[in-house]
Amino acid sequence: MRKEVATVMKIRSLGYMIREGFKNLWRNRMMSLASIGSVAATLIILGMIFILIFNINSLAEGAQQQFNSIQVYLKKDIDNARIEEIGDEIRKIEGIKEIKFQSKKDALETMKELWGEHGYLLQGLENDNPLPNSYIVFLNNIEDSSRVVEEIKLISGTDLVQFRKDIIDKLIWITDFVKIVGMVIIVILIAISVFIIGNTIKLTVAARRKEINIMKYVGATNWFIRWPFFIEGTFLGLFGSSIAFLIIYFSYKYLYNFAASNLYIMLTAYLVPMPKIVDSLLLMFIVIGSGIGALGSINSMKKYLKV
Amino acid sequence: MIVLKNVSKRYKSGTMALSNINITIEKGEFVFLVGASGAGKSTLVKLLLKETEPTQGRIIIDNQNITKIHRRMVPYLRRKIGVVFQDFRLLPNKTVYENVAFAMEITEATPKEIRRNVPTMLGLVGLSSKAKMYPEQLSGGEQQRVSIARSIINNPPILIADEPTGNLDPETSWEIMRLLRQINRRGTTIVMATHAKEIVNMMQQRVIALDKGEIIRDEKRGGYGYED
Repeated sequence: MRKEVATVMKIRSLGYMIREGFKNLWRNRMMSLASIGSVAATLIILGMIFILIFNINSLAEGAQQQFNSIQVYLKKDIDNARIEEIGDEIRKIEGIKEIKFQSKKDALETMKELWGEHGYLLQGLENDNPLPNSYIVFLNNIEDSSRVVEEIKLISGTDLVQFRKDIIDKLIWITDFVKIVGMVIIVILIAISVFIIGNTIKLTVAARRKEINIMKYVGATNWFIRWPFFIEGTFLGLFGSSIAFLIIYFSYKYLYNFAASNLYIMLTAYLVPMPKIVDSLLLMFIVIGSGIGALGSINSMKKYLKV
Repeated sequence: MIVLKNVSKRYKSGTMALSNINITIEKGEFVFLVGASGAGKSTLVKLLLKETEPTQGRIIIDNQNITKIHRRMVPYLRRKIGVVFQDFRLLPNKTVYENVAFAMEITEATPKEIRRNVPTMLGLVGLSSKAKMYPEQLSGGEQQRVSIARSIINNPPILIADEPTGNLDPETSWEIMRLLRQINRRGTTIVMATHAKEIVNMMQQRVIALDKGEIIRDEKRGGYGYED
């Protein structure tokens, strides 16, 4: 019962805390703007790294699916009988799980599907199809790929053997690299932002050092004094993250649509559209933004509360 | 109400600010703390407010040994002790009303209680008409009255006044003293550190004189004493 009363009273002081927090914000508006800017800048870079990691991951995943297959393109001037023979010869190679014939017509259909709503651009190519016939070879074991590729190359009538192990290895390496470097940059930027917000709040606190002193004499608890600054910091962080979010959201959307509506359709097939990442982006920004603000304010107050 | 037992305070610099002080102050007393600068008055005030800790001895306020209470309980101790300073220490960005209301806000009083008590208190110190002014718009005497109103708004049993008339002219000083006496008559124990010889001599209250950290005189109805 007593506890309930205490809680009600705490909520009553909340109005005072929030009012004070906003007054502080306004009083130091130049430094507040600087802090908001620094959080926004941090989060914009963070958002860009985040989107980059997301896209590279998606690209890598797309590539992984081709990991266990080898595409064998056939020369254009060979007849159907020879195509059959080549298929039989490939089947004889050790370590092959399955082979599938992809006619030039199928290849075009697949590409149309891949291009989605932009597939119409490929219309008209049916009569003069530039794509070659090919076999898609699936392996039992990925390690065999180099040997199998060598053997396929010996069969006459085969042209280009698409084999992406090297690319994929590189991709995986790049993905890891980007992730690690991205994380390091993010951690450094967050630390810088905490420092800048901390300094802003420190200015407010220093300017109000006498007031804090008086409050302590009158019998205010540390948390009573701390809350307005805490709220100030959190709001600085949240303002900064909203700005960053809006900028990232609209510019990525614009870039994505720009790429999609122009000749970079192949690119957009691998790009992650905004709706897929908007939730995690927003959540991340809110958490990190308010976190930076709260941490900065708590940090900067320690010294002044010892009276 | 206030008991000091064998209290000594040695600062880190080695200065012996207070040595072996024994004082008992009863509820409702009005006590002057006199002595030259550096005699130990300020240290004594700081000890009562738990701004600093005694090196030795015990301090009991309102039956509570304050040398033993936890840091976190200090704000609650301070709410039992109103303080008035020489330099008033009002919050510059708050009006007279808000300054007094602030002392209630920190105790999580309801807005209703605040609206009822603050005007009454401002009436008591004679500042009802200046409620909406800021401290810098007031005279020194008026500012001190605001700070007195703030110090007693939560009805603390003890009021400590550290040189409350130090920055005021004689006439204003007397107004403040009349106000303090009035508060004392309502039952509040008052401890006032001061240099003001005339005031001490006129008031005829208990006087504790300190010199070099020791009590040299403790009289029930005393005067300031010799020249210093």
